[in-house]
Amino acid sequence: MAHLALPLERVDYARRGVHFEGHVEPAQVVLAAALMEQEGFALDAVTGVDWPQDNQMEIVYDYFHPALGWRVAIRTRVRRDLPEVPSISHVYPGANWHEREAWEFFGIHFSGHPNLAPLLLPDDADYHPLRKDFAAA
Amino acid sequence: MTPAEAIEAARRAGNETFILNLGPQHPATHGVLRIKLTMDGEYILRAEPVAGYIHRMHEKMGENRTWAQYLPNTGRIDYLSAMTYTHAYVAAVERAAGIEVPRRAEFIRVITSELNRISSHLVWFGAFLLDLGGFTPLLYAFDDREKILDMLEGITGSRLTYCYYRFGGVCNDVDDAFLSAARDFVPYMRERLKMYDTLVTENLILRKRLEGIGPISKKMCCKYGATGPVMRGSGMAYDVRRMEPYSVYSELEFDIPHYPEGDCMARYRVRMEEMAQSLRIIEQAVAMIPAGPFQTPGVPRALKPPAGDYCFAVEAARGRLLVRVVSDGKEMPYRVRWRTPSFCNITLFEEASRGMMLADALALLGSLDLVIPDIDR
Repeated sequence: MAHLALPLERVDYARRGVHFEGHVEPAQVVLAAALMEQEGFALDAVTGVDWPQDNQMEIVYDYFHPALGWRVAIRTRVRRDLPEVPSISHVYPGANWHEREAWEFFGIHFSGHPNLAPLLLPDDADYHPLRKDFAAA
Repeated sequence: MTPAEAIEAARRAGNETFILNLGPQHPATHGVLRIKLTMDGEYILRAEPVAGYIHRMHEKMGENRTWAQYLPNTGRIDYLSAMTYTHAYVAAVERAAGIEVPRRAEFIRVITSELNRISSHLVWFGAFLLDLGGFTPLLYAFDDREKILDMLEGITGSRLTYCYYRFGGVCNDVDDAFLSAARDFVPYMRERLKMYDTLVTENLILRKRLEGIGPISKKMCCKYGATGPVMRGSGMAYDVRRMEPYSVYSELEFDIPHYPEGDCMARYRVRMEEMAQSLRIIEQAVAMIPAGPFQTPGVPRALKPPAGDYCFAVEAARGRLLVRVVSDGKEMPYRVRWRTPSFCNITLFEEASRGMMLADALALLGSLDLVIPDIDR
C-alpha cells in the first residue's frame, strides 16, 4: 500500500476491523476514490458521523479489496454549518445512493452529485434525522 | 449510452416511450419496492428503483437505546437471515469492549448462522422460481425451511427475527435434541438438493430463462459494491468468511462456489452450491462442538465500550454485511451504521437492466435476492 499516494496508516485490524485508515482534505476525496478504484478496491459504503461539539461533520468512505481482503477507511471532516464535499459517484456509481442517504440523514451536500434527492425519507423531508440535535420522539 | 440518450435515440427512431411502475406491491418484488421503468415497447430504457417505503430509521434507534437494548433491532433488518445480522452487531460491540467469546458459543453461532443461511436461500429458491412462473418448488422449499425454523425455534424461541446472540456468547445453551436434529438434517437436505437439481436445475425451460440473461461483470460489482452470490456469480471468490475470517470459520473446511458467467444462471448455481457448503460446515461444527461455557461471565449489563470507531463484517446470506459502531464511552452507542448487502446489490440494477426485456429483467431482479427492509433499514 506504500506506493499509493495516500496518507494511509496501518491499523490494528483485530482491535478496529480495518487494515488501513487515512485522513484526507475534503477536496481530495475524489482523488482518493480514483486511486482506490485503480488499485482494484470495491466501494463498501459512504457515511457520516456528526460531531456538534467540534462543529464538524465527518464523512467516512469504506473500501474493501475483493481479491486481497483488505479494508480501508478514508475519512474527511467538514465544517458542520457548511457541510460540503465533492461527490465520488462518477468514480464509483454505487456511491450515488450512499451519498443520497448521507445527504438526507446528515444534510451533507455532495457537490456534483447528479440527483441529491431523498432516498429513504419522504421527498419533502427538510430535516436531517441523524444529526445529533434532531430529537427523536 | 446514458438513459437520456437511450430515450432520445428511441424518440428519434419514432418509438414512443412510456413509464411503467413496477410495485410498490408486485408479486415479483416480494416486498415494498417500486421500480419506475421507462419502456420502449417491451424493452427497458431506464429502470429507477425507488426505495424507502418501509424505512424505520434503525440507525437512529441505535442512538437512543443502550448497547444491549438495541439487540432485537438487528434481526429485523433482514428478517430472512436474522442470525447473521445479530452476529455482526454483537461481534462489533465485542470488538469495541474487548469481550472474549467461549469456543462453544462460537460453534453455536456458526451452526445457527449456517442453518439460517440455508433457510434464507430456500426462500430465495422458491421465490425466484415463482418469479419465473414455477409454483411447485416454493412448496418444497418451504417444507425444508420449516424443519430449520423448528430447530431454531427450539433453542431461540422465535421463528424469524431471532435475538439469540449476546455480548460474550449466546443467551442459552443448545441441547442434545438440537444437535442431533442438526446432525440428521444434513443427510436429509443433501438428498433434497439432489432432487432440486433433477427437478429444477436441469430443466430446459429454466436454463433458457437464465443462461446468458442479466450479465453482471466483476467490474460492475466493484463499482457498485455488490457482494455475496452476486459477486461470486461474476467469478470473484469473495467471501467474508474466508477473506476476513471470524468466529471459528478458519478451522472449518468449505469451498466458495463461484462462476465466471455473471448471468442469472451463475447466481442460481452459486446459491444452490452454497447450501451444500453450509451443510458441510454444519456437519463439521456439530461434530467438533466442545463442552464448556456458552457465555463469558461478568459482561456488565450497562456496557460502556471505550471511545472509538469499530467495524465488523460478516458474510450474510445476501453478501457482505458491515456494522460500524462509534462509541463515546457512554451507555448508548454514539453511532450505529449498517452497510447492508441488498442496498448495494440493488444499485446496479439500473445499469444492468438497461436494454433488457421486461420478463428477463424480472429474472435479473429475482437473481439479486433482495430483502427490502435490508435496503430501507
